[in-house]
Amino acid sequence: MYKYDEIDQAIVNERVSQYRDQTRRYLAGELSDEEFRPLRLQNGLYIQRHAPMLRIAVPYGTLSSAQLRKLGEISKRYDRGYGHFSTRQNLQLNWPKLEDVPDILAELATVEMHAIQTSGNCIRNITTDQFAGVAPDEIIDPRAVAEIMRQWSTFHPEFALLPRKFKIAVSGTKQDRAIVQAHDIGLEFYYDEQNKMAIKVWVGGGLGRTPILGSVIREHLEWQHVLTYCEAIIRVYNLHGRRDNAYKARIKILVKALGIDEFREQVEAEWAHLKDNPNTITEAELSRVATYFTEMPYESLPAHDAGFDNAIASNPAFAAWVKRSVHAHKKSGYRAVTLSLKPHGKAPGDATSEQMIAVADLADAYSFGELRVSHEQNLILTDVKLSDVYALWETARANELATPNIGLLTDIICCPGGDFCSLANAKSIPIAEAIQMQFDNLDYLHDIGELELNISGCMNACGHHHVGHIGILGVDKDGSEWYQVTIGGKQGNDASIGAVIGPSFAAEEMPGVVQKLIDVYIAERTPEERFIDTVRRIGIPPFKAHVYGKAVEKADAHV
Amino acid sequence: MSNLILDHNIVEDTWQLVTPPTVEEAVVRKQAGKVVLFKLTGEASYSDEQITATEIPQTGKVLIPLTVWIARKQALSARLANGEIGIWLATHEVLETLVENQPDLNVFPLIAIHVERFADGRIFSIGNLLRTRYGFKNTLRAFGDVLRDQLFFLKRCGFNSYLIRADRSAEEALASLQDFSEPYQGAVDNNQPVWRRVHREHV
Ligand code: HEM
Ligand code: SF4
Repeated sequence: MYKYDEIDQAIVNERVSQYRDQTRRYLAGELSDEEFRPLRLQNGLYIQRHAPMLRIAVPYGTLSSAQLRKLGEISKRYDRGYGHFSTRQNLQLNWPKLEDVPDILAELATVEMHAIQTSGNCIRNITTDQFAGVAPDEIIDPRAVAEIMRQWSTFHPEFALLPRKFKIAVSGTKQDRAIVQAHDIGLEFYYDEQNKMAIKVWVGGGLGRTPILGSVIREHLEWQHVLTYCEAIIRVYNLHGRRDNAYKARIKILVKALGIDEFREQVEAEWAHLKDNPNTITEAELSRVATYFTEMPYESLPAHDAGFDNAIASNPAFAAWVKRSVHAHKKSGYRAVTLSLKPHGKAPGDATSEQMIAVADLADAYSFGELRVSHEQNLILTDVKLSDVYALWETARANELATPNIGLLTDIICCPGGDFCSLANAKSIPIAEAIQMQFDNLDYLHDIGELELNISGCMNACGHHHVGHIGILGVDKDGSEWYQVTIGGKQGNDASIGAVIGPSFAAEEMPGVVQKLIDVYIAERTPEERFIDTVRRIGIPPFKAHVYGKAVEKADAHV
Repeated sequence: MSNLILDHNIVEDTWQLVTPPTVEEAVVRKQAGKVVLFKLTGEASYSDEQITATEIPQTGKVLIPLTVWIARKQALSARLANGEIGIWLATHEVLETLVENQPDLNVFPLIAIHVERFADGRIFSIGNLLRTRYGFKNTLRAFGDVLRDQLFFLKRCGFNSYLIRADRSAEEALASLQDFSEPYQGAVDNNQPVWRRVHREHV
């Protein structure tokens, strides 16, 4: 992975000093709340319901074991012994003290980490596929360009105060796992006819209260122009995006208002001035950065391992876990392994300090000291030898990291919701926990098969509910908490936004509602169909009919 | 004590700021119960009455609103030739309007951009365009809600003068011009990104 040289290190060190001084001025009353707000936000510090929340950047979801160990230590020392991995591959601490944040940043800087631009109206952490570099369906490893873009966007002077937040995702695989279409800019890497690396550029996607999938602004962009092209897009947005209404300020609204063709014309006109300027990436720079992402020192291994095969044959619990958590790898004899942060009945995405340290140890023992955070809020060891998988499982299990539910109904994506977030309409974590307990029977869970269930506590959609096969959204009705259900959302190349099935439900009804959706699926599915396929084939009405049954009229009362 | 920074020094302001008379009943715009804080790009700044009623001092260097200057530039041409006319515009005004009326911007010794709210990042793109697209070489000043934490960004976007908000110390703000020693990206002050500026060894 990328390692800091003295230039990178100087920037994070200078940032610590700068932020320390900003905090000092705020505490001394020299900065008003309103003035401090964008400063702390650009450093990932929110004021939540009970305490501040600090969001730490995990660039494109990649962590070293030393970094994760440090996060474990920090969450123990400055927080309450746990952290929350988010859908944007970052880590959030829920209880730090505002006056401790400069010290936390100083600690982070010692392991080449920071909280720069993890919030605020600027270019945020760039996200990608959690299997970048090891996925068999990968065409281009996007990490080197992602790192170049991380550097370019860090303290970008022109884009420090945009109309609204700006999220970029990169992906270089056949199967999109980075939801490029749900980002302000999505960059899809491929080889063109000349066998040169090129980029398909999506713009104007986003979830939130107006979910919109992105449009293609350019089918073919030569990779070296990616910074100047993004500059052109973001400059048009900076000058013409709406600032009069925070809910209409994302780039997607501008793209919709102008239409993609007019927006493209404006961007291309702007780009004509920027193309080939010094921010054009050189071959030398790409290869300098790419050397940090060269292959791990893999051993050459046979495709099979007898010990692994025997363990599968003799140990059903291990076999069930392998089926869900162990993923194909481009190298023979290696696997990527997902550690579940979704044990049933716990807040999805949370990891204790001890778990973080245990995972860091596992990464050192079995995966070249590196790991990934997925946007599904799990941790991934990318380079595990088949012969090590069993030992890894035993340790993971002892640390409650081996719930065999990856990709299944209880692998819920869930935002912090009403328990923490001051914008929430409703709690989301207790709903996730109740659904997990409803589907606690593992055989049944496996029989239901692949299913993505996403929960957000309000229409800001931090839990990606729009793209969940089942999406749950907390809504407020006359001051009480209700839940609206959508089905048919999907991430990936054939992404779609889910449709609302009808009037919303009370919290205690939710496990039963999900159960009814599953009942319809089980009754209607063909042998090879996943839940989402059945929904796409038979449509919403059968689900709606079963969920509401005779109760429709009663339920309508609280629309 | 002056609050004006020019390059890296605090200097006296020799320009007189000209502002149109305010209208009596300013309408407070609201959306969903919240006061709308930012003007939309392209929105008109002043009415014709305000523009005609604007008083411009007869002598000395004057910093005039863009729309007033466009309406009254004939009358000001001698003073322009004398180097007495600077132009200011707000972040919601568009540069095309300026350039259509005066293709060579270097007739102005000073262009100033007024930022009503510090969170309005349009000022950065405006500075960048003035320098890189329209070739403006003279003093480029930011004034209004200008606070030290934007200075580094403003500098990188081509500004070289900052009128720090009256209740803050310009002396202290000077330090922020040096917040970062080796920024990553090429910008206006130095168009070379770090990889073209310094040799970076693999670590
Ligand atoms: C508790 C503090 C949080 C606050 C105050 C907050 C606030 C917001 C707001 C206001 C939006 C809507 C933005 C818009 O559409 O303009 C949003 C979107 C989003 N947030 Fe959060 N959020 C919080 C936590 C999180 C967490 C924990 C995650 C990850 C689990 C997250 C990930 C996202 C994502 C993925 C979106 C998606 C929508 C998009 O960008 O289009 N946020 N957040
Ligand atoms: S979706 Fe709403 S409730 Fe959940 S974290 Fe985001 S803003 Fe808070």
